[in-house]
Amino acid sequence: MSNFVELSIAKAINAGIRKSMQDNSKVLVFGQDIAQLGGVFRVTEGLLDEFGAKRVFNSPIAESGIIGTAIGLAMRGFRPVAEIQFDGFVYPAFNQITSQLAKLTNRSEGFFEMPVVVRVPYGGGIGAVEHHSESPEAYFAHTAGLRVVSPSSANDAYWMIQQAIESRDPVMFFEPKRRYWQKGQVNLDQAALSLHAAHTVRQGSAVTIATYGPMVVTALQAAENAAAEGIKIEVIDIRSMSPIDFGHIVESVKRTGRLIVTHEAGTFVSISSEIAAKIAELCFYHLEAPVLRVGGFDVPYPAAKLEELYLPDADRLLEAVDRVLAY
Amino acid sequence: MVQLLSVDGDFIEPKEHAVYGDLVRQLREADFLKFYRDMARIRRFDEEATALQRQGQMGLWVSAIGQEGAQIGSGYGVGPNDHIFPSYREHGVAITHGVDLMAIIKMFRGVNHGGWNPKENRFHLYAIVLGTQALHATGYAMGINFEGLVGTGDPEKDLAVITYFGDGATAEGDVSEAFLFAATNNTPQVFFCQNNQWAISSPVGTQTKVPLYKRGEGFGVPGIRVDGNDVLACYAVTKKHMDDARAGKGPSLIEALTYRIGAHTTSDDPSKYRDPAEVAEWAAKDPLIRFERFLRKQGIGQAFFDEVKTAGDELATELREKTFAMTEPPLELMFDHVYSEPHPLIEEQRAWLQGYEESLGGHTSNADGDDTPRYGGTH
Repeated sequence: MSNFVELSIAKAINAGIRKSMQDNSKVLVFGQDIAQLGGVFRVTEGLLDEFGAKRVFNSPIAESGIIGTAIGLAMRGFRPVAEIQFDGFVYPAFNQITSQLAKLTNRSEGFFEMPVVVRVPYGGGIGAVEHHSESPEAYFAHTAGLRVVSPSSANDAYWMIQQAIESRDPVMFFEPKRRYWQKGQVNLDQAALSLHAAHTVRQGSAVTIATYGPMVVTALQAAENAAAEGIKIEVIDIRSMSPIDFGHIVESVKRTGRLIVTHEAGTFVSISSEIAAKIAELCFYHLEAPVLRVGGFDVPYPAAKLEELYLPDADRLLEAVDRVLAY
Repeated sequence: MVQLLSVDGDFIEPKEHAVYGDLVRQLREADFLKFYRDMARIRRFDEEATALQRQGQMGLWVSAIGQEGAQIGSGYGVGPNDHIFPSYREHGVAITHGVDLMAIIKMFRGVNHGGWNPKENRFHLYAIVLGTQALHATGYAMGINFEGLVGTGDPEKDLAVITYFGDGATAEGDVSEAFLFAATNNTPQVFFCQNNQWAISSPVGTQTKVPLYKRGEGFGVPGIRVDGNDVLACYAVTKKHMDDARAGKGPSLIEALTYRIGAHTTSDDPSKYRDPAEVAEWAAKDPLIRFERFLRKQGIGQAFFDEVKTAGDELATELREKTFAMTEPPLELMFDHVYSEPHPLIEEQRAWLQGYEESLGGHTSNADGDDTPRYGGTH
């Protein structure tokens, strides 16, 4: 008998962090406004009361300092879980993440492990001002030494944050902020999947849509709409952008012969670029059509009143489904 | 500025801060001789490494000549259990804490990115991106705080951290952020700035409008300036501030006023931007010569200096032999330790390269008899 509860994604991450902190006294949580306030999205709410100010504390508004000190704490044997308040604020920490956090294990030939989790609420759709809606995951997936993941459901949120904290490598943990309040069943007894495994969330036979994070729900909507017209779409939540579970995608594409990859980020030099290239290589004789990509545009994330036009939605996915089926 | 040795090698009783004079008085003759031996040793090492680079044996060399007083003095002011976060020129500090000099050669030869175990000597890896290490040191010191290993009064338990950086690095935001995090967390920590007057071709005035020892004040990190070419002053000031940090008195900043006698690196040409008169003026304040004068006035005879010179020549020979004998790294080194846990892309690429190299007859190395230098001076 499994022990299920219904939680929102935000509450599930909170519960996952709490569990990790209970299990391992070396886990520390810090970032801007994460203590008394519980973070601007309340993801860390209640942790200060339970674990005290030596394990849950506010950082100065200095992202490079947050990650730089997280590295020093990891060297001392702690397991820092650092929050970057919004996607667009991660860049001041870019140097510490890419030049230091990602490379220190390699530089030290394994003498230092870097079990640091960098939590980043990301993506658009919340009507925010500039710098609060970005999808910067490709920068980090491109950087050797980092692991990059994003949950799309409450159950994944609960388990993936714990797996990320347990990882001996640095993990960029991208949280789909517009889905924070989306509820789902969480199995408190056991994880169904490892951190980097892709997962088929809907089975189909005509077209495969591969995506992650906030776009999983969008892809499922598109699949539902297409089903009404008799088109069976398979939806894969890749869950991890580094490494990518290509084997899972390949298995699906060999059956469907058609692949669409979608995400909120612009498509130029993106996660979908990588998947399209790799699938073209691995499934050349199985593809009935070119791999199509549906993403945001390669522009700065637009002002809130334009974001509906920027973000891929179910209709834009179905337009791509029509194109991919026309071959 | 704290100065305890005149250029002529006379001990100067400090007018303020009598504690520094007391700390020097606690040293024995053996300590003085050790300071001198290490200063001479690191200078000889530096000269030989420069020569090896010129002969194509290393991609790059970063000379610390002129800064031996600041490095050996401060290095011995650090306690045996304390942690050191260097920049990339701290060869002198490295030997005070037992780092194998060949590991430093290995890195600049291009065999690896930093070949020593930072946990073994508590001397962390060189940081090439300026100022990044200041934040690592601060995070480390925060960890020591959380563990309660500060101000217990038990010298076996209490710990402190020192981080080294230059005048150029003070312009980096990471150093300012480190001051802030250190002050607000009251970390057991010393920031040791070697102001060697030049950041490649930029004089210190490009990096700051105020004396650098004042840079921490606004953040809550008090500072002090020391004569960086005075090994005794550097020792005493560092020891006092590390002791204070260990006792829970919080972070402090030491600015050691010194001079980069050589080029920034072997790729640099300081004749393009520096007045030879300025170099000559600082050469006259050479930390080794000054300390030699002090020792001779203490009655140390010529035999000691002859012995140090012989040891230097032996070190140079050993260095050359070991450098020539150094083998190229195995290709696995490129893939090992990118991650601590298995990563399919890395494994795939490693297997591909191994197969490809085998198809060409195997990965060659010096060990196979190819002694052609493979390291160009492109940096």
